[in-house]
Amino acid sequence: MIAFWVLAPLMVIAALGVVLVRRAVHSALLLAVVMISLAVLYLTLEAPFLFAVQIIVYTGAILMLFLFVLMLVGVDAADSVVETIRGQRLLAITGGLVMGVLLVVVVAQISLGTMVGMGAANAGGNIEGLADLLFSRYVLSFEATAALLITAALGAMLLAHRERLEPKEGQRAMAARRMQEYGTSGRHLGPLPSPGVYARHNAVDTPALLPDGTPATDSVSRVLAARGTVRSAPALGDVEDVQRTLGDVGGISGGSGSATDTSAGGGYNTENPDTRPQGDDWPEGDE
Amino acid sequence: MFLLSEGGASIPVVDPLGADGVFSLLWLVIALPLAGATILLLGGRRTDAWGHWLGTLTAVGSFVLSLVLFVSMLGREEGQRQVVQHLYDWIRVGDLTVSIDLLLDPLSVLFLLLITGVGSLIHVYSIGYMEHDPRRRRFFAYLNLFVAAMLMLVLSENYLGLFLGWEGVGLASYLLIGFWQHKPSAAAAAKKAFVVNRVGDIGLSLGIALFFVTFGSTSFTVISANASGASDGVLTALGLLLLLAACGKSAQVPLQSWLLDAMEGPTPVSALIHAATMVTAGVYLVVRSNFVFELAPHAQTAVVVVATVTLLWGAVIGCAKDDIKKALAGSTMSQIGYMMLAAGLGVYGYAFAIFHLITHGFFKANMFLGAGSVMHGMNDDVDMRRYGALRKAMPVTFLTFAMGYLAIIGFPGFSGFWSKDKIIETALIESPVAGIGALIGAGVTGFYMTRLMLMTFFGEKRWKDDVHPHESPSVMTGPLVVLAALSVLGGLLYLGHWIVDWLSPVVGTAPKHEPPVPAIVITLLVLAVVAAGVATAWLLVGKRPVPVTAPQDVSFATRAARADLYGDTINETLVINPGRHATAGLTRGDRSLVDGLFTGSAGVTAALGAQLRKVQNGFVRSYALSVVGGVVLVLAALLVVNL
Amino acid sequence: MDDVTPYIVLSTILFTIGSVGVLTRRNAIVVFMSVELMLNACNLALVAFAKQHGNLDGQVAAFFVMVVAAAEVVVGLAIIMTIFRTRRSASVDDASLLKY
Repeated sequence: MIAFWVLAPLMVIAALGVVLVRRAVHSALLLAVVMISLAVLYLTLEAPFLFAVQIIVYTGAILMLFLFVLMLVGVDAADSVVETIRGQRLLAITGGLVMGVLLVVVVAQISLGTMVGMGAANAGGNIEGLADLLFSRYVLSFEATAALLITAALGAMLLAHRERLEPKEGQRAMAARRMQEYGTSGRHLGPLPSPGVYARHNAVDTPALLPDGTPATDSVSRVLAARGTVRSAPALGDVEDVQRTLGDVGGISGGSGSATDTSAGGGYNTENPDTRPQGDDWPEGDE
Repeated sequence: MFLLSEGGASIPVVDPLGADGVFSLLWLVIALPLAGATILLLGGRRTDAWGHWLGTLTAVGSFVLSLVLFVSMLGREEGQRQVVQHLYDWIRVGDLTVSIDLLLDPLSVLFLLLITGVGSLIHVYSIGYMEHDPRRRRFFAYLNLFVAAMLMLVLSENYLGLFLGWEGVGLASYLLIGFWQHKPSAAAAAKKAFVVNRVGDIGLSLGIALFFVTFGSTSFTVISANASGASDGVLTALGLLLLLAACGKSAQVPLQSWLLDAMEGPTPVSALIHAATMVTAGVYLVVRSNFVFELAPHAQTAVVVVATVTLLWGAVIGCAKDDIKKALAGSTMSQIGYMMLAAGLGVYGYAFAIFHLITHGFFKANMFLGAGSVMHGMNDDVDMRRYGALRKAMPVTFLTFAMGYLAIIGFPGFSGFWSKDKIIETALIESPVAGIGALIGAGVTGFYMTRLMLMTFFGEKRWKDDVHPHESPSVMTGPLVVLAALSVLGGLLYLGHWIVDWLSPVVGTAPKHEPPVPAIVITLLVLAVVAAGVATAWLLVGKRPVPVTAPQDVSFATRAARADLYGDTINETLVINPGRHATAGLTRGDRSLVDGLFTGSAGVTAALGAQLRKVQNGFVRSYALSVVGGVVLVLAALLVVNL
Repeated sequence: MDDVTPYIVLSTILFTIGSVGVLTRRNAIVVFMSVELMLNACNLALVAFAKQHGNLDGQVAAFFVMVVAAAEVVVGLAIIMTIFRTRRSASVDDASLLKY
């Protein structure tokens, strides 16, 4: 029972966390805590097979699936806390509480008596016992489960499949299109710039700097920009330091105000990451 | 085999032989006009050119065949004069088997001759009368249909087949009364005839049902053989139901109102259907059902009462009508009353009923056709007040009409004299009250027929200048001459009691009751009464100028007679208005109560739904909340049960 | 270890928390997680009762619940993805067109 009394409060807290935290990823991780704790409880309840299945299926497969989908979907990762349906939250909490209290009272009403324990049932091995039951008394349900799983797999494929309505763009067509775009709107013909490579900041989340000192938006992934996890380019700070030590070398001068703005922004325009920052935003010089 | 009834009168049982030889052509008598009607109705306009010839030919063909059958029957012994021809089984359901069997016996063969004979003459007459009608072919189709149905009526061996013909003549009558359907009055008259006839048909259909329930069959043979086994109540009910049927078809009180309106039809129709044949179907029904009526004396009494009332009722109406056809229609009603009276007198009167039916068929058809001829020459004017002095303009019509006139008032030697005199004599012996009624009726008949005669053919000319009375073409006067001859000579049927003896295998014989006074005294009495009627008419109409418009300051009796003795008013008050009010009330009740209940419940459901549907707000979390609420309720219930 | 009641009480508490989560959260994925929480709570009760009665049927039932939950998650997440793909939103309140 020690395991239970250690794990039970943990599980309740984690479960509350699943419901209460705002970020879905945190919810998923807290759910993993609940599930692994549950697996341990299965062990204490003498269900070793379910312990394994709980960890493999739930924690290993289902939760991973959740995380995958969160990665695909979870751009607006945080939930708004404003309740839109009038009275829903109050009623939900009241209903939940009443249900919980009623359930506890109902359970308390029943005198269950002493546990029999799994000693006899697990005498020939837990897995063997389960297999015995699955392939004898529950064989029909087992077969039905097989059908269910196949159907579910097919259904998921059908739902996730996106019908291609036009032929895939080949290399030649792509080259022609890009040439066309260059001709009409002057869009850069070559590959996108790689992210910034700096002595202190060298990562995919840091944009490269253009010759005029402005960050190249295209150099970081749009997804990172959308998530708001793009680091600010540290270059401008360095430029000021260099200016301070070397004095005015000419050619390169910086309006410190704009530089601070840029560095403090921490990210880029997330609305339209395709917009290329123009060089004339930068003041040419003030002497 | 005989059914014995009270007073030693004996009624023979219908016990026919199988048809052989020429009698196996019996079906052809019906088939010919039926084929004519079918061809003319289905053939459409293609047959317009020769349709009337075909229609006439089939009728004449039927007549010739009837004549052959009649002569063959004359050649047979008395016991072998009933033949039946089985055509096919019409209905076979459980215990009920109805065959199309044709029964030819001395009664039906006379009808055969009357229907096809008079029918043929009227067909010929119609060729001239309907010459300028664009729908003449259709008219002949309907006439053929009528003849076929009427023949079915009198030839059928069972009541259901009779009913088939009965409804067939009703249909033909409806179609022909409303033949000029563009006239609203004709359409209304046709509908009225149809509706009033339905009342009578209810009697016949209920009667047939009762026959089947009582005897398990509708065949005359079976019923007549077993009639004495049925209880008095059933027989009386059967008699009264058949009387109701006869009242409807034969325009007897209280179902008389349709006949006067039926004069809206073309005149040949009035002559054939509403004088000579169809309206006498009720008489035929009573005579044919003699095995029922002989065993139901109460029903017979009812027949006598109805007949006496009708013969006076019709005569009184005939006195006041200025429309020549309506005056003749009132006369028809009255004459059928005589026939019904004779039929109601039982074995003593059946033969005279048929005798009068035949002579009446001759002279009334003659007079109707004569009236048609007059109208033909008078631009289809029917008001006798605008006739007068037509005897010079239309000599043939006048002479033939006069023959009919003398026959109907019972001038000695003419056919009506023999037939009506025998009825009055029998009635005076068997039922003195009815007899006195019939006697008075004879006087009134003399009055109104003389009035009609005087107003039409004598006196001053009262027609307008643009009317040019002229004699009708020979195709119309020919039938008139033949019918006039028959009107004169019809009495020959009674020569040596021939018709009584002829019909006795069907209607039975009875020991003759000696009249309290010699027969010649009764005859003289009748003649005196008729002479009084004629004289009164001479004094009131012949001696005085006839006003062109009917005077309005007349006695109550005249006003009542002009209004058909308020027959329509009585119907209106007793039947139509209560029915109308009941219908209106039921409709109101249906609309407010029944409909209100249904629409009300639907409205409540709809209103409830309009409110409840707001619960379905599309938010899945709200739905989940209601699920949780349900779970809480179930848990609470479990807890309450367990506590 | 003589009483199963604490397990059952824990199970009911987890179930209640899960149901409140279903009712209050709007992110479809979190709603789904709450459903999983409720299923796990039920499984806990099943396994506990199996031990209470000393036979394996409860464990078999829990096993079946896991299988069904796996299938459900696969289809459910696919649906969420499809909805997200067309509506650019994973909020359960946005998919509210099926109503009066």
